[in-house]
Amino acid sequence: MLLDYSSGFHYLLALAPEVVLSVAGMVVLLAGVTGKREGGPGHELGWLSLAGLAAAAVANGWLYAGVAEDGATAMIAVDRFRLFANWIFLLGAAFAVVVSLDYVARQKLQAGEYYSLILFAVVGMMFMASARDLMIVFLGLELMSIGVYALAAFNRRDRRSAEAGLKYFLLGAFASGFLLFGIALVYGATGSTNIHDVAVAVQEGTAARGLLLPGVALLAAGFAFKVSAVPFHMWTPDVYQGAPTPVTAFMAASVKSAAFVAFLRVFLVGLGDVSSEWGPILWWLSAATMVAGNLIAVVQSNVKRMLAYSSIAHGGYLLVALVAGNDTAAGGLLFYLLVYTVMNVGAFAVLIVAGNQSERGSRIEDFGGFGWRNPVLGVFMTIFLLSLAGFPGTGGFMAKLFLLQGAVEARLWVLSVILVLTTVVSYWYYLRVAWYMWMKDAPEGTAPARLAVPIAAHAVLLIAAGLVLLTGVFPGAPLELAMGAVEGLVEVVAGR
Amino acid sequence: MFLVESTLRSALAPSSALASALPAAAPQEAAHWEPFLPGLVVLLPLLGFVANGFLALRAARRSSAAVRAGKEWSPIAGSVRPRTHTLPTWIGPGVMAAAFGLAAINFATAWGAHLAEPVIAGPYWTWIATETLRIDAALQLDALSLAMTMVVTGVGFLIHVFSVGYMKDDPGYPRYFAYLNLFVFFMLVLVLGSGYGTMFVGWEGVGLCSYLLIGYWFSDVKKSDAGKKAFIVNRIGDFGFLLAIFLIFQGFGTLDFMPVSAGAAGEFAYGGTMVTAITLLLLLGAVGKSAQVPLHVWLPDAMAGPTPVSALIHAATMVTAGVYMVVRSSALYALAPTSQAVVAGIGVLTAFVAATIAFKQNDIKKVLAYSTVSQLGFMFLAAGVGAYTAAVFHLVTHAFFKALLFLGAGAVIHAMHHAVEHGDEPPAGHGHMDPQDMRNMGGLRKHMPVTWAVMGVATLAIAGIWPFAGFFSKDEIIWYAGAWAGAESNPFGGLYVAYWVLALVTALLTAFYMARLMVMTFHGANRTGPAASHLHEAPRVMIVPLVVLAVLSVLGGWLNVPEALHQTALGLFGAVPAEGLHHWLAPVVHAAEEIQAGAIGEASKSAPIGGGELAWALVSTLAAAAVVIATFRVLGRRSYATAAADPGPQTALGRFLHGKWYFDEAYERTVVQPVLAASRWCWKVVDTRVIDGFVNFTGSFTRVAGWVASVFQTGQVNMYAFVLALGVLLVLGAAVLLP
Repeated sequence: MLLDYSSGFHYLLALAPEVVLSVAGMVVLLAGVTGKREGGPGHELGWLSLAGLAAAAVANGWLYAGVAEDGATAMIAVDRFRLFANWIFLLGAAFAVVVSLDYVARQKLQAGEYYSLILFAVVGMMFMASARDLMIVFLGLELMSIGVYALAAFNRRDRRSAEAGLKYFLLGAFASGFLLFGIALVYGATGSTNIHDVAVAVQEGTAARGLLLPGVALLAAGFAFKVSAVPFHMWTPDVYQGAPTPVTAFMAASVKSAAFVAFLRVFLVGLGDVSSEWGPILWWLSAATMVAGNLIAVVQSNVKRMLAYSSIAHGGYLLVALVAGNDTAAGGLLFYLLVYTVMNVGAFAVLIVAGNQSERGSRIEDFGGFGWRNPVLGVFMTIFLLSLAGFPGTGGFMAKLFLLQGAVEARLWVLSVILVLTTVVSYWYYLRVAWYMWMKDAPEGTAPARLAVPIAAHAVLLIAAGLVLLTGVFPGAPLELAMGAVEGLVEVVAGR
Repeated sequence: MFLVESTLRSALAPSSALASALPAAAPQEAAHWEPFLPGLVVLLPLLGFVANGFLALRAARRSSAAVRAGKEWSPIAGSVRPRTHTLPTWIGPGVMAAAFGLAAINFATAWGAHLAEPVIAGPYWTWIATETLRIDAALQLDALSLAMTMVVTGVGFLIHVFSVGYMKDDPGYPRYFAYLNLFVFFMLVLVLGSGYGTMFVGWEGVGLCSYLLIGYWFSDVKKSDAGKKAFIVNRIGDFGFLLAIFLIFQGFGTLDFMPVSAGAAGEFAYGGTMVTAITLLLLLGAVGKSAQVPLHVWLPDAMAGPTPVSALIHAATMVTAGVYMVVRSSALYALAPTSQAVVAGIGVLTAFVAATIAFKQNDIKKVLAYSTVSQLGFMFLAAGVGAYTAAVFHLVTHAFFKALLFLGAGAVIHAMHHAVEHGDEPPAGHGHMDPQDMRNMGGLRKHMPVTWAVMGVATLAIAGIWPFAGFFSKDEIIWYAGAWAGAESNPFGGLYVAYWVLALVTALLTAFYMARLMVMTFHGANRTGPAASHLHEAPRVMIVPLVVLAVLSVLGGWLNVPEALHQTALGLFGAVPAEGLHHWLAPVVHAAEEIQAGAIGEASKSAPIGGGELAWALVSTLAAAAVVIATFRVLGRRSYATAAADPGPQTALGRFLHGKWYFDEAYERTVVQPVLAASRWCWKVVDTRVIDGFVNFTGSFTRVAGWVASVFQTGQVNMYAFVLALGVLLVLGAAVLLP
């Protein structure tokens, strides 16, 4: 059907996934309050959330399959870009919910709030992906961020979790301020917060450059904070390490994906015509992020913290796609986000299981002989690590390949070389974990007890590993979807 | 000659008029044919591999657990074998029996239906799909692939059965059967694959299995080195094969056999550069895989593997893959007369060189290895003179009698090994007595009469004596070489005459070295020493396959009785249909034969120095018989020294032949040493100094970088906020000031 925004109801239809998920979030919250029972929270709320995510996915599929919009000026976009991104968020969130099931139960967290916060954060992400207006971007970002601040601090009994939440909140508020200031300056320069109108104003040269350029810079800084680009990354290791591990997985995968999706739309569609101004800035951010992220990851001795730096490094790779700014790179970015979400959540899921649903056992020494004690988990972890490193045959390799292809098409030789070289460095710290798992003995004094792996976690690991290998060997279908999702998106820039 | 011929004909052929009226002219109506579960033929050995491989892992796990616990565990020590060592007995030969059964059903029904057009089974799935290249996982069933499948599964099954007895006391029993099943799987992929792509999968797969099985006893460095040698030498050939595949793709846009052979004549001009390049590169692959000069050096070393492996992989099947591939590509070769001359030249040269080397070898398996190389040379000669049927014919009969010879040798070695092990006194001479050295044998006929008899049959077969299999197949090759030399417009006529002469000589050499092997092993006085009393015949599980193969070695030649011999006494007066295999394979080589007939015209009806087919057949079988008898007379009287007492060859020629024409030494000096020197330089200079230096630098640089970062990563929020603000200022400054 064709959406016609003169009717308010059609706006609701255009927001179907968000509406469905918001309702689901409220239901979960209410169920969490009313359905309290003895013996701590059960898994029911998690399954309920999963059902909500599935319903949102169905709504998303309905929009994807047969809905078009009339014109491209509304505050909400109904395009493949948004809908593809939504699927990535929903997939990441579903994985996060499943790996949380036993963690939440074991740690006796408030399940109702926990799961509803995840759902609301996803609603925020979906708003960010759909936004055709800077205000919607900001609203979505805040909706997401506030949920995640709370999630990071969710394990109140754990000092580090509380510290992580507070740090994230303080610095995040700081960054949000910059972002909002940036939006204000862009509005001042162009007279509109609508991304399309901003683009027109920038292209026609009616924008006041003296206001526009600082605005662009502050927007860049705000987004760079959310994607933890160097030097805006300082919060990342502390927050990732301190937050409950399922939340870390969610943050590393979905929050970062959402930030990148919004980053891409604002900069390539709205500000594409001043790319010669922001291009060099992002170039340097990207280079610094790749180099610093990878180098610091090398010296980490805690796997969770290592994965935090690894996620910083991956942010650097993804920034390359923004600098390249062409269709290939944009489609590659979406494909990368998909693969990245899957492999990252997979690696964290192993970490959660290895820590026996707690925050223990994430030192690298704890992984000594892990593969021999738990061969199945060891093989899964090895697959995820290889994919994170970008080993051929895994999705991580294909994803990096398409990013590189976009960079090469944009003739970004130096950045491509940095990407490849820092990838080589990354092999060191990823394979070090694999080395500990398979070639070192267990640390002294540990009981070689077999880990209890919940069936749901097994399912997630199996699906994630399957997807990693599938996208690595047969990248055709998902890549085509990703490329189709950005078709026409950047053309708005080129064809104007 | 002519006189002899016509007299013979009138004497031996009472109804020659009937002969010409018989089958050749009437092409029967080809009926529709449906293959019966062809995929399962390929799948069964793979399942066997999985099952046996699983058992092998179980056994390995158990023994390593025992080692870790400081105990010893041997699967063959106790009186009751663990299940990991009893199940493969049924799984390994079992899947082969089933695969052979299926293959036989398919072959029989296809034979009955006079299969003319290839039938494609599948595609089961698409392996590679790009815009231009598409490779399906599909099987091509036609006369050639079905015949090869019969040989691979049939002979393979017999060798699996033999292995049950031969490998019984080996701790790696399940691993052995796993590898052997895997080999058969890849071999079937090779011969049944519907294009060069799938063929290459099998090609590499059998190479891998060959490597695994040559180095099966990997704790012996020499044996694992032999495996590596086979693998590395084959890489040279594979390189050529791969390039040829690329060129074929460039020319045809596909790798499937059917469009290639159908479109070859339209795509390439006769004698063109491109088709010559493709065929020569294909030949390089075949030369590597089929151990032809100058890449033959790996095959004799490959005898380090268990003897049944030598029989299956390095005699009957894998090494014939090169011949199969040339026949498969016959439409291309027919267009490239230069390549044909090279194929035939390499073939006949290999046949001759290897036969001379076999003269002076004392290791029973080495003699057979060089004999294999030599016989493969005959097959290449056949393929090079456009006699593709003869090549396949010899491939089949050779599979029978060479497998028999190797298995017979295996039985001998088995007996010798037991004798040496159970001998009460240490054997004569220094150190351990080599159970494979023929100088330590002699007179074994008394101890192993059945083995002696079947190996005698195989010897007569390979020597080319009527009515044994080799007579028909080898004679046909030599005959065609002569006829080809005399073809109407053969551009290399003179060269082929030389080939023909060399082939004739080699045939006689074959009779000699095989008779020598028989004499040294089974006749004369026994030289085993005190251990001789422990010599005994092989168990029944090993004898039965030998007898079956012996029967096949007698009957195999009657598959393809030449037209010229059909109605004579040599053809039992028409009791057996003439040219059976030729008619069967006609659809496969049809395209090539048409091209050849158009380009070089009719083949000659007589040998280069006159004489018809029948006359030459008589002459060669009589000559071979004479050589065998003379060898027995002369060498039978000679007394051999044992290995320990033998001073080695005394003449220069003897040393040259014993030293295998010094091929290995030449490679050692010209290739191996320079490569080693270069590698050493790369290691000592490039790797140690340059690369390691860089890596070490990176390491220390990273540590410094990590330290620098840790200075800022204090955990204090105000520090973080400060850096964040600093970053914003940087970005802001860049945006405002830089443009």
